[in-house]
Amino acid sequence: MISRLEIENLALDRGGRRLFEGLSLQVSAGEAVALTGDNGAGKTSLLRAVAGLLRPSAGLIDFFGASGVLDPEEARSEGLHLVGHYDGLKGGRTAGEELSFWSAWTGGAPEAALEALDLIPLLGLEVRKLSAGQRRRLALARLVASPRALWLLDEPLAPLDARMRTRLGELMTAHVKGGGMILAAVHDPLPIPAREARVGA
Amino acid sequence: MSARKNPLAALFKRELALAWGKGGGALYACAFYAGVATLLPLASGPAPEKLGAVAPGAAFVALALSSLLSLERLFERDFEDGGLDLLALGSAPLELVAAIKCLAQWLAAGAPLALLSPVIAVALGASPALIPLILVTSLAAGLGFAFVGGVGAALAIGARRGGVLVAVIVLPLFTPPVIFGAGAVDALNSGLDWTGGLMLLLAYCLCAVALAPFAMAAGVRNAIS
Repeated sequence: MISRLEIENLALDRGGRRLFEGLSLQVSAGEAVALTGDNGAGKTSLLRAVAGLLRPSAGLIDFFGASGVLDPEEARSEGLHLVGHYDGLKGGRTAGEELSFWSAWTGGAPEAALEALDLIPLLGLEVRKLSAGQRRRLALARLVASPRALWLLDEPLAPLDARMRTRLGELMTAHVKGGGMILAAVHDPLPIPAREARVGA
Repeated sequence: MSARKNPLAALFKRELALAWGKGGGALYACAFYAGVATLLPLASGPAPEKLGAVAPGAAFVALALSSLLSLERLFERDFEDGGLDLLALGSAPLELVAAIKCLAQWLAAGAPLALLSPVIAVALGASPALIPLILVTSLAAGLGFAFVGGVGAALAIGARRGGVLVAVIVLPLFTPPVIFGAGAVDALNSGLDWTGGLMLLLAYCLCAVALAPFAMAAGVRNAIS
């Protein structure tokens, strides 16, 4: 179980260009951090680096649990969720099939998420027929279906309507109150109290 | 929708559904196979003695080509929609994910082609006595095609005109199963010992199953980073 994330002196390169360097950041249990920065500053890349999908050019990303430093691979596969622009949902399959698969893949059960994100009316629909907001809700369902300590969210609010933004805010509050952590790349402020960390500049 | 399921079993089921596809990617491959096989007598003339001699080999070449068709999508569809990131993040190693994808590809796309293979060989004039061996060699070769082809698919992730690239990478690697498989059938047809060819074919497939997942996982990691 991850209870603290430490990023130390991190530098990331994409396509031969240095996105940022010297970035240090800590997220502790019960904390939400909003990553801000210009377009292309490296917010998404930072989230992908924390998830282990990008190799940092310099610096350290460490996960700590109750008993000290955790094995990064295990911490990532069992301790975090990444919800980004690309949601892994297949257009030709129904929302129910996709929700069922991704909850099984992350080791959870979809039932809890149905109610929380108001997904029941969508289950029989093909993913290609969903709106951007409905797709995002389906992707966010993973967060609820299989509880994990660290949420890495990339523009989670962008396509959601006002009611669902409030709903997601409630879910985030409950997550943080329960000792969870949120690291979210945003342009609009998060719907919950969050520390701001600037990327790039 | 039931409670907790095994992630790998869920992945296998989903991959089967995707490989079989709505409207049947596998059925297109079968239609392509039948189409290529139909062109042969039109090109070489219908004389049974001439056609019967090359029938098993021709059926095998057409099988190899048909197996290429759906390979391009194997990793590309997950790369495009970000699913590959989430699969890489899962608790199962990427090698296992790749192997499961190839197994599903074999079952959904390779097996129907293998079932069609004896029909096509006999239609082209092969002796019906060859049917069991043609079926076995086609099934085994299909397994090799799926795993070796998966390496090509993993290397071509994100490439423009990836399908052509997969074919160019993979076709040379398809030569051993074609040689061994068609060779075994040919040997049986001429009354010679055919077990050697079959054993070599099986050895090739086992090597592919054992080694290809590592290459595929490396290709996938490279593509998503």
